[in-house]
Amino acid sequence: MSAVIDHGHTDHHHGPAKGLMRWVLTTNHKDIGTMYLWFSFCMFLLGGSMAMVIRAELFQPGLQIVQPEFFNQMTTMHGLIMVFGAVMPAFVGLANWMIPLMIGAPDMALPRMNNFSFWLLPAAFGLLVSTLFMEGGGPNFGWTFYAPLSTTYGPESTTFFIFAVHLMGISSIMGAINVVATILNLRAPGMTLMKMPLFVWTWLITAFLLIAVMPVLAGCVTMMLMDIHFGTSFFNAAGGGDPVLFQHVFWFFGHPEVYIMILPAFGAVSSIIPAFARKPLFGYTSMVYATAAIAFLSFIVWAHHMFTVGIPLTGELFFMYATMLIAVPTGVKVFNWASTMWQGSMTFEAPMLFSVAFVILFTIGGFSGLMLAIAPADFQYHDTYFVVAHFHYVLVPGAIFGIFASAYYWLPKWTGHMYDETLAKLHFWMSFIGMNLAFFPMHFVGLAGMPRRIPDYNMMFANFNMISSIGAFMFGATQLLFLFIVIKCIRGGKPAPAKPWDGAEGLEWTVPSPAPYHTFSTPPEVK
Amino acid sequence: MSEVIATRRLVTRLLIVVVVMFCFGIFVLPPFYDAMCRVFGINGKTAGAYQGEQMVDEQRQVRVQFLATNAAGMVWEFGPQADEILVHPGEARDMLFVAYNPSDKPMSAQAIPSVSPSKAAAFFHKTECFCFTQQVLQPGERIEMPVRFIVDRDLPQDVKHLTLGYTLFDITARKPPVAQAP
Repeated sequence: MSAVIDHGHTDHHHGPAKGLMRWVLTTNHKDIGTMYLWFSFCMFLLGGSMAMVIRAELFQPGLQIVQPEFFNQMTTMHGLIMVFGAVMPAFVGLANWMIPLMIGAPDMALPRMNNFSFWLLPAAFGLLVSTLFMEGGGPNFGWTFYAPLSTTYGPESTTFFIFAVHLMGISSIMGAINVVATILNLRAPGMTLMKMPLFVWTWLITAFLLIAVMPVLAGCVTMMLMDIHFGTSFFNAAGGGDPVLFQHVFWFFGHPEVYIMILPAFGAVSSIIPAFARKPLFGYTSMVYATAAIAFLSFIVWAHHMFTVGIPLTGELFFMYATMLIAVPTGVKVFNWASTMWQGSMTFEAPMLFSVAFVILFTIGGFSGLMLAIAPADFQYHDTYFVVAHFHYVLVPGAIFGIFASAYYWLPKWTGHMYDETLAKLHFWMSFIGMNLAFFPMHFVGLAGMPRRIPDYNMMFANFNMISSIGAFMFGATQLLFLFIVIKCIRGGKPAPAKPWDGAEGLEWTVPSPAPYHTFSTPPEVK
Repeated sequence: MSEVIATRRLVTRLLIVVVVMFCFGIFVLPPFYDAMCRVFGINGKTAGAYQGEQMVDEQRQVRVQFLATNAAGMVWEFGPQADEILVHPGEARDMLFVAYNPSDKPMSAQAIPSVSPSKAAAFFHKTECFCFTQQVLQPGERIEMPVRFIVDRDLPQDVKHLTLGYTLFDITARKPPVAQAP
């Protein structure tokens, strides 16, 4: 603790190091958070440009721009990069930046591991993206990499894909351990668990989900690796294995994974809506329990992704009802957000716009999820664009709008400048319109039977697909505007006060803007 | 310093969870899944050799259909001697499957059975089956492979028609055939 007492003398130790090595060697949670956020944005643009290739090919029926083999690689890589490269690192970045500030901790509990878990990511995604340039091409079996498509019939580069997934898994697990250790051990005195902001709560639960299921994913790809190279037959029927086992193992990981991508957004929105409604969050305790309930239920619903593989009727009934049960805690959350806004003095700055859109559009995605949960109806929807519409409605206006809302909400704290509100609103409306244009028609073509992951389609789907593509191009181009807004905000703008939002609550607003390199070296008082 | 110890203890526990979950994925889920499939006859999986005998139910007849499929890359000619037969539940019946190796090298193969509808799998017993072992055929060799089965008397009443399907896989690379004795 002497460093704190000698503050005046050791100032030069306290700023960031100079030059490039600052970023390579840093153990500062703010630096690492920033790197996570930039990395995730790069991956967002890369995965997004792959989506643009997909939508360009689907602009018209017939094959015009890319070969089907390459199209398959694009759908696969788009999914993998968006899930593991864009959404998950963005939330880890937000966690790094905000959790220590929100609970009054000086840094993350394990700063050096924090550095390592970030730097594994560029290695993992370098490896993954490099497979596109290898002979035989990159992964082409869908982001769910079902065996035997990915084992017996996969390209040569599948091994690199497997190691990339291993690296991402190690990175996520270390990140999650760090979050749990920080939240459980580094809270300021007086910051009891039930006083923590919901973003911290949802991240704590997310971290436990990560710790529980990322090893299962690692096990899943390890079994693939052994099937491909070491003659085992986990997923190979010829040797007594079973391809359906792959789907069980994968979705045992995969379903909690979708909550890993949405719970932190729930938390962020639960901080933002009260700030702009100028009312405390309605039903804080029920929010905490609802999050925990969702996390628990996520472990017992995985087979709803596999209704058509031939599971017994009792199994279908169980997984159908268990899935529908998730609507209850999720409904608690949605009603709580609505009640928070009820009779509030609302203003609609960019973070609030994204949050309100989040509540409305995520609910639409939730409802299409309920439709998919109905086992007999799912036989019609399975593997159609209806599924694509569903999960894009929960991930784009869910996870990604949650990230945008958080970015605008905390940018003044990160940069010390206010962002350009006019441009941010333009970004919101372009994203909102583009996203709905892109994904809403997919419900219709899906119900009419258009299969997913196919580069060509029936003439009768032509109009809706053209609308989808136009919306997708609009959404994609708009994200360059976001990049511009962020850079503009970093380089200048109206200086931000310590608390730029008058309704905002929380310890992060007690430190100056921009947040100093070291904060809460002495723990704050929490009443 | 107690903070450091607490963190170390917490991290150790979390790492144990990670290791346990990894082992759960690799060492627990697959055998558990297999066991569930066999016990409940899920997924068309049939159990191993059946030892019991049953009284024949002369009152009831079910149609048993046979299917033979070659997995990708398998060159053998493979098929049942009859497409379907009528059986009484409880009665032990035989069916011969014929396999022929048209290639110019010795090959080994494994047949994987599957019963449909899958809820009937638990009521379909094989007392003898070529799928319990692997087959080795010399170039140009033809064999007849028997399967002896009993349809259980407790087969649900609504099942009037069962399909026994075999998929034949080439496992020459995995289990090289032993050279023919001179």
